[in-house]
Amino acid sequence: MPRQAARSISGFVRPSKVISLLAALVLTGAAAQADPAPRRVVSMNLCTDQLAMLLADPGQIVSLSYLSTDQRSSAMAEQAASFPRNQGQAEEIYLLNPDLVLSGRYTGVATVNMLKRLGERVEVFLPAYSLTDVRERMLQMGRALGQQDRAAALVARFDADLGVLRENVQNRPLAALYYANGYTTGDKTLAGQILLAAGFDNAAVKAGQSRGGNLPLEVLVMMQPEAVVTGAKYPGQSRSEAILDHPVIRALQKDRETGSVADSDWLCGTPYVLRAVADLVALRHRVESAE
Amino acid sequence: MKRLILFLLLAVAVLFTASLVIGPAGAPVGRSLSALFSDDHGPLSMVMREIRLPRALLGLMIGVSLGMAGAGMQGYLRNPLADPGLIGVSGSAALGAVLAIHTGLSAAFVLGLPLAALAGALAGVFLVMALAGPRGGSLTLILAGIAISSLASALSSLVLNLSPNPFAANEIVFWMMGSLADRSMTHVWLALPLMALGWLLLASLPRGLDALTLGEDAAEAMGVNLTRLRLKLVIGTAAAVGAATAVAGAIGFVGLVVPHILRPYVGARPGRLVWASALGGAVMVLASDITVRLILPTQDLKLGVLTALVGAPLFLHLIYKTRRAEA
Repeated sequence: MPRQAARSISGFVRPSKVISLLAALVLTGAAAQADPAPRRVVSMNLCTDQLAMLLADPGQIVSLSYLSTDQRSSAMAEQAASFPRNQGQAEEIYLLNPDLVLSGRYTGVATVNMLKRLGERVEVFLPAYSLTDVRERMLQMGRALGQQDRAAALVARFDADLGVLRENVQNRPLAALYYANGYTTGDKTLAGQILLAAGFDNAAVKAGQSRGGNLPLEVLVMMQPEAVVTGAKYPGQSRSEAILDHPVIRALQKDRETGSVADSDWLCGTPYVLRAVADLVALRHRVESAE
Repeated sequence: MKRLILFLLLAVAVLFTASLVIGPAGAPVGRSLSALFSDDHGPLSMVMREIRLPRALLGLMIGVSLGMAGAGMQGYLRNPLADPGLIGVSGSAALGAVLAIHTGLSAAFVLGLPLAALAGALAGVFLVMALAGPRGGSLTLILAGIAISSLASALSSLVLNLSPNPFAANEIVFWMMGSLADRSMTHVWLALPLMALGWLLLASLPRGLDALTLGEDAAEAMGVNLTRLRLKLVIGTAAAVGAATAVAGAIGFVGLVVPHILRPYVGARPGRLVWASALGGAVMVLASDITVRLILPTQDLKLGVLTALVGAPLFLHLIYKTRRAEA
């Protein structure tokens, strides 16, 4: 189909130089569309960074986002160290001369729009809100990179590993995810789905938060969750994180099992979420054996 | 006067109790109060003792501090526009607290946080008093206050923005507006010693302030040592406001509104006003803190938002009146 289009255009343009220039642009565009495997891929988003590293040939990746080497948020910080990194600015990305730009739905919307105006091919990835989304993002990345086979293999392994982790739980213990500023996440988030997959009930849902929001400290205490999973702390001091050291949280954790959310495994829809599920399953086993 | 104090005491008691029984956990009043005194109520006892009680206590203590400091400054400067928040004392205390938290001083040394806030507040009060002069002309006082608050808040923002912690930058709002959400008994004990020192010093002011209404010479002739009075006011204000700001951020306008409302009821005597304003401040902070919990129960609306909504129009009114009086 693209080849036909190209032929009809080249038949049409001869008379005018201007039109031939336009046609050349269209042609290169058409050629890029037809190219099965992009060779210069630039990723602007922490999650597409990791999906790209999992699926691309190393030579395909030109640059990753600056967050990709951040130990706290990236599950693949070490692998990412061998790639150049970008700050996600339109100018810098355009000058890298990519044939495919990977971006998240909510990363630098203005930048992405500008890149599109400049004629770059941008593949936008939605955040993963569930484990099904995780599978789909992997397949989408496979298609974008021309690595469908590798993606299918990765998804198959993901399904198998998840199958091993899933258990038939009779009495699901109640757990709360509690972050800085008293924030919690419900069932309609990836973290909430990880909690569910590990066989816990989510305290946030019981308190009426299906997505995410503030869970007042007193409400948390009154629910007496059997496990409190808190966010990992960032360096430096902050008042927002001080709530995780509140005497009440300490008391809740004292005679109960606790977990800590390693952000890198929870943030992105990659197979690494299974590590988070596995950690939580182990936590649930500890809770059950303590009873 | 006696009736006013009784009324204010009653109001403080009612609001303190209300502050204890209002909260998102939504337990019945009777059960909540009995949970405060007995261990039989499981998690509710923990909520009452570790979450609600420190919040109510801090509201009371901070209100007393801000009210007393406002009345003291207004009496000494003989200027109704003096308020620790407006003239930059709270702002510089916040800067001291922010520095203590982000340099690790507060983690290394228990009293590091309130003492750093005290140092900030002292610097702020000294600067303002030096710039405004002993008679505290309205214009210079307010201009000096604006300059000091802006500088202090800019430096606080700088420190918070330089922090490696991603949450720090969002806390600028807390330090500028103040909040009592999720404080614990630790904060009560942290603030209390310094606040008590501030209260003692401010409580020793009334006789001198009353004498000062007759003019500086007359006051000195009556045996008032003006240098000592000034020193007690400065240190007392810095200690009370510094400790309050260290644990709850800068809550503005309390020290402006409360003395203004109460002044007619104490026969405009600045000495009595200090006592009345201590109770009035507690009423205002407790009432504001209950209100933020009632309008936006889950969102931690900042206390300073409410006090400014009440205080700023009054402030404008006062500026207008002062301008007319000077013209």
